[in-house]
Amino acid sequence: MILGAATMRNEMVRLPFFLEHHRKLGVEHFLIVENASDDGTREFLADQPDVSLWSSKRSYKKSRFGLDWLTWLMIKHAHGHWCLTLDADEIMIYPYWDTRPLAALTGWLDGQGIEAFPAMMLDMYPKGPLGEQRYEPGQDPTEILSWFDSGNYVIQRQMPMENLWIQGGVRARCFFERKPRRAPTLNKVPLVKWNRRYVYVNSTHGILPRRLNRMYDREGGEFASGILLHTKFLDTVIEKSKEELERREHFANSALYDDYYKTLIAQPDLWCERSSRYLGWRQLEAMGLMSRGTWL
Amino acid sequence: MLVHTALDRAEQVARHWSAAGCPVVIHVDAHVPRKTYKAFAKALGNAPTVRFCQRHKCEWGTWGLVAGTLSASEMMLAEFDEVRHVYLSSGSCLPLRPVQELIDYLAARPQTDFIESATTSDVPWTVGGLSDERFTLRFPFSWKRHRYLFDKYVDLQRKVGFKRKIPNGIQPHMGSQWWCLTRQTLSAILEDPERDRYDAFFQKVWIPDESYFQTLARLYSGNIESRSLTLSKFDFQGKPHIFYDDHLQLLRRSDCFVARKIWPRANRLYDGFLRDPEGAIKMTEPNPAKIDRIFAKAVERRTRGRQGLYMQSRFPHEGFEHSITSGRYSVFQGFSDLFEDFEPWLAKATGTQVHGHLYSPERAEFAREQKVVNGALTDSPALRDYNPTAFLTNLIWNTRGERQCFQLGPADETAPIWFIAKDPNAQISVISGAWAVPLFKSNRNFADLRQEAARLQKLEAEQLKVLRSVWAKARLRIWTMAEFIEAPMEPLQSIIDEMGPHSLRRLTEAPKMADLSGFGQFLQNLKNQGMHPYLMGDFPVSPPGLNQPKSPRKPYLVQ
Repeated sequence: MILGAATMRNEMVRLPFFLEHHRKLGVEHFLIVENASDDGTREFLADQPDVSLWSSKRSYKKSRFGLDWLTWLMIKHAHGHWCLTLDADEIMIYPYWDTRPLAALTGWLDGQGIEAFPAMMLDMYPKGPLGEQRYEPGQDPTEILSWFDSGNYVIQRQMPMENLWIQGGVRARCFFERKPRRAPTLNKVPLVKWNRRYVYVNSTHGILPRRLNRMYDREGGEFASGILLHTKFLDTVIEKSKEELERREHFANSALYDDYYKTLIAQPDLWCERSSRYLGWRQLEAMGLMSRGTWL
Repeated sequence: MLVHTALDRAEQVARHWSAAGCPVVIHVDAHVPRKTYKAFAKALGNAPTVRFCQRHKCEWGTWGLVAGTLSASEMMLAEFDEVRHVYLSSGSCLPLRPVQELIDYLAARPQTDFIESATTSDVPWTVGGLSDERFTLRFPFSWKRHRYLFDKYVDLQRKVGFKRKIPNGIQPHMGSQWWCLTRQTLSAILEDPERDRYDAFFQKVWIPDESYFQTLARLYSGNIESRSLTLSKFDFQGKPHIFYDDHLQLLRRSDCFVARKIWPRANRLYDGFLRDPEGAIKMTEPNPAKIDRIFAKAVERRTRGRQGLYMQSRFPHEGFEHSITSGRYSVFQGFSDLFEDFEPWLAKATGTQVHGHLYSPERAEFAREQKVVNGALTDSPALRDYNPTAFLTNLIWNTRGERQCFQLGPADETAPIWFIAKDPNAQISVISGAWAVPLFKSNRNFADLRQEAARLQKLEAEQLKVLRSVWAKARLRIWTMAEFIEAPMEPLQSIIDEMGPHSLRRLTEAPKMADLSGFGQFLQNLKNQGMHPYLMGDFPVSPPGLNQPKSPRKPYLVQ
């Protein structure tokens, strides 16, 4: 069985499309931890036939941003299954996703003896000031967030976990121009044939054992990989940023992100004349943001 | 039909063959649980010409597959007298053309055996590194489950020089395991008086399903067509490619009779190809060439990848591949110092993108003052300097198909000079010491100039050391400024000729050189202050022709 796993808080707006998209890919059951929502997220999730829901009002930060909660659930329930761990603002796509369900991909990975499938987060954004275009729940977010940066990503290989550290994209370009080191991490390994001994280290950016991070070819070839369309920049981002400023529950160093949230609240236009309009996975594959590997 | 999984699809395909008049004998892997097998057999109970043969345990690369095939073949020949050709297929094979077309095709070639069969020395597909040795070594350990022991045992046998004897001097042949043999050939193999010996031999051969029939058919067949009628592609690791719904058109156009492996849940394929035939019967030959090309490309993508691309699933070791960028580009040092209009001149002469100093401390000076270029790469120096090589590889990747040129100078300290020097795609042209020209032209205090000159000379000397290192792979040209200005057109011509076919004409217009009257004296003044500029070569204090007052140079024509 292919499982989905997520921690979320107040995601009523994104949830309908999030669930629909990943159901269509063939996620058969979702393990979701809901954290102190007050917008109906909990009730909505409780109503879904294919969602197992856990709720916690404890601190997101103290649970290593929800990862501790999720890790335990995955130890208990995901052992031996392919498991897709996502945030609510991530839409997983991969080569041929529109014609081949996840089971085709995982079956092929099994045949190749590969246990994990990497996907870079691709920040999607609208044209015009943030928050101007209203997103309706259930709508395909790429109708509004149709733009992305195609070729400004920087990669380094990190020891001791041997993961790639990818940064760049629109957030580096617009918010971290002065402090590029602080730009958000984009590499992820969201799809893993789970074993109760495995553990995500920092969101799904890194995983142990470290061979699962080595999902890139070192000898010049290409492994297969996907993309997580990141829908952070829907109109709700303005409200969320205000909230985050108050909650200060973000990763590592909250104060560091204050400027970032303040800039977001000012509704900047992230679009530039060299932004690329999203046309589908074949375009992303041709641009080298994802790869088919030998999966033809 | 060899079956071990996705029994519902196997049933569907077996019915299809049988309904079209072809009897089917099914071998079900003995690993399949009894209950599942019973249910499967029962489901096909109402198909009159479907039989089930004795079951053997099949593990990849072992004798079980051949044993199963032999049992099924015996049953087929014994129970169905009218059968002339026997086609070996699997549960994940799918007929792509109406069965009648295959029947007609074989009827027109009644004596032909279709079996890919080549001697070991003639084939490149030996995944795992074993070809002849498949036949001469022993393989008691499973390659899939006990790889370590498998490898060690092979090594050991090599060391002690162990070799099995090949019976009766048969010549081992290999090929695709999916064959189509005539009754004559197949029965000759089955009824061979020496068969026990052959079986005993092949039981210990590695991957006998790719060599048993391929070898023995050579003994009896009068007419071997060495190709498989089954379209089956393998990836570079020897694993079969799987066909999905989106391959429908590709498979149709291939005109192959049967394809494998089909993904069991590829509903469109099963629905599309297992329909009753419509339209006229075709007599075309199978044409897998197109598919071959596409899959060959895939192998290349997997093994060589797209050069100069760095992404989440491709991040080559440094120095592991020939080209570390995706295309050729040109780097100019000193040219825009020596010539007043070098950048627009170069753009005009070559039709390429000519940037200024991409690694200038102030900003990345993109062509035409752009603040952001392809791929949303910005001119921000902080972003650029965070990872200067990624900045360059991104620029070159983003502008694939359009040659990039940029200026470099000793003051561009964050430029990844080692990286560029080691890149065979880089064409680097340096006029050393030309950085002194802007100093000479500037209106700064001499003490500052002297200090700056010393700094730049030191930096450039370092850069030149890197460029001249034994590890440098770039196409490199270095002149001292004194050398260069003696005959500037010739080097310019050769640089531009090397850049590509679009500029295979003579340069007619030269860039405008800065007025150098007084430059020799300027250098002498530096020397007098104790700073010895040497990178520009020797400039006499007042060379004839350089120091004489004259009007500023105009562009001139070269005859």
